[in-house]
Amino acid sequence: MAAINRDDVAHLARLAHIEMSAQELDRMAGELAVIVDSVKSVSEAAGDDVPATSHPIPLTNVFREDVVGHTFSAKQALSGAPDSDDNRFKVPAILDEA
Amino acid sequence: MSTDTILSFEEAMEKYDPVLGFEVHVELNTKTKMFSSAPNVFGDEPNTNVNEVDLGMPGVLPVVNKTAIESSIKIGLALNCKIAETCRFARKQYFYPDTPKNFQTSQYDEPIAYDGYLDVELEDGTVFRVEIERAHMEEDAGKLTHMGGATGRIQGADFSLVDYNRAGVPLVEIVTKPIEGAGSRAPELAKAYVAAVREIVKNLGVSDAKMERGNVRCDANVSLRPHGRERFGIRSETKNVNSLRAVEHAVRYEIQRHAAVLDSGEPVIQETRHWHEDTRTTTSGRAKSDADDYRYFPEPDLVPMVASREWVEELRATLPEPPAERRKRLKADWGYSDLEFRDVVNAGVLDEIEETIAAGASASVARKWWMGEIVGRAKAADVDPGQLGVQPATIVELAQMVEAGKINNKMAAQVLDGVLAGEGTPAEIVEKRGLAVVSDDGPLLEAIDAALAAQPDVADKIRGGKVQAIGAIVGGVMKATRGQADAGRVRELILEKLGVTAQ
Repeated sequence: MAAINRDDVAHLARLAHIEMSAQELDRMAGELAVIVDSVKSVSEAAGDDVPATSHPIPLTNVFREDVVGHTFSAKQALSGAPDSDDNRFKVPAILDEA
Repeated sequence: MSTDTILSFEEAMEKYDPVLGFEVHVELNTKTKMFSSAPNVFGDEPNTNVNEVDLGMPGVLPVVNKTAIESSIKIGLALNCKIAETCRFARKQYFYPDTPKNFQTSQYDEPIAYDGYLDVELEDGTVFRVEIERAHMEEDAGKLTHMGGATGRIQGADFSLVDYNRAGVPLVEIVTKPIEGAGSRAPELAKAYVAAVREIVKNLGVSDAKMERGNVRCDANVSLRPHGRERFGIRSETKNVNSLRAVEHAVRYEIQRHAAVLDSGEPVIQETRHWHEDTRTTTSGRAKSDADDYRYFPEPDLVPMVASREWVEELRATLPEPPAERRKRLKADWGYSDLEFRDVVNAGVLDEIEETIAAGASASVARKWWMGEIVGRAKAADVDPGQLGVQPATIVELAQMVEAGKINNKMAAQVLDGVLAGEGTPAEIVEKRGLAVVSDDGPLLEAIDAALAAQPDVADKIRGGKVQAIGAIVGGVMKATRGQADAGRVRELILEKLGVTAQ
């Protein structure tokens, strides 16, 4: 069983900007360990002769020529923005400290 | 705003040995972005050079820009790096509004170029080798403008506005190994290193390399250790030091600040510092903490890149002559002394002189014009000499007129002023301003007679063999002809008149 404790989950939640209740943290600590173990079982199927990969298909060098394609107008770009000003996305102040 | 105590630079150097490190980000000047076909253009209306990939919309697929890869390999080669046979992109996860995907596509454990070096020449000609750890590819972030608050700085802002035109612009980040042994020349080396990187990427043609536009940006790491100790001290990282002068000043300031902290017995805090050009100081940003857990993993939407040795050699064959070698060659070709050549380099007119010589001027004439006339005018106008708009052909024409005796040097300088003022070509200005050396000997002889009569004692001296006294007579003639005489011809005529042979 993978060792994932409540603090690990709280740390991950903070990194991922996910708000979790105490109850959720308790539950996830147990569930995440099971998930990690399940994923780990994949490595049992792969022998030493199978190298690790980040991609299931053995493709390399998928490139695009440097030719300009389509763009959005500022209006289109901002159409899904919660808030905007002066054709730019408007976001809350980033640093709280003065 | 800064309350840091600092030591004098000299005292800091007496007590401590600085170790430097640099991360230089170079924006590539490809036509499109790293992973999308949106244009890579500076200064356009906000959020118009974006598409779904740059904005990180769900379900989009990035595709790598081949030209950006080639430019990155060229940078690696120019920095004497090894080029990875295979490498991958990775996701660097963090939340910040300049990064709409909530991760930056970068490279982590497999940079495209690694293990290189750059020989950096300091102003007095000393060469210092800077080891390059790696050069990796990534994408730029959007541009934040902090609104409200008093200073326009991030601190105290009410809200921020984001323009994603820059998001996804290809970047190459060049990381040095720790630089030891620079001693008191550390600030100068810092400036020279960034200048050398900028020169290389500009020479390669892979970046516009304008620091004022952020095409080349420097993060400077500084730490101090007592003399003789091998272990490095704790470093600070001063972010976005974006002019050559600022790089030098920031490194100097951080050395002075660290020295004061260490002297007080406190440990240096490992943190990000912000550089302030107005006060020439740094202030604390955020401390490094476990929030810097970027959880890198291989980018699943992109496949590995394989740089075949044939491809790398093809690219190597296209590399221009390295700037340092070019300088060596030009110096030899032009026959300038060490000092003359260094002055030319420091004045930033190497390209201009090369073009002027290519246009037909001799090396000495080109240097005389650029260093003697144009650099001073540029300084007065507070622009780079190249920006004054002096054409090589203009200098060639002026030089030919002087050589042919049509105008003298003093008039030629006036004609140059006329050209810069937009009055026309040198020939037109000579005509319009009525500038012409008096070449008819008649009027000259009259003026010479008058000058000799006015200074009979000088005339006697010259007759007696003191030819160097002739300047006073020549001066008199030049004055009488309002500078329009050919001083060389005047001298000849005076000697002839007095029956003296020139030594």
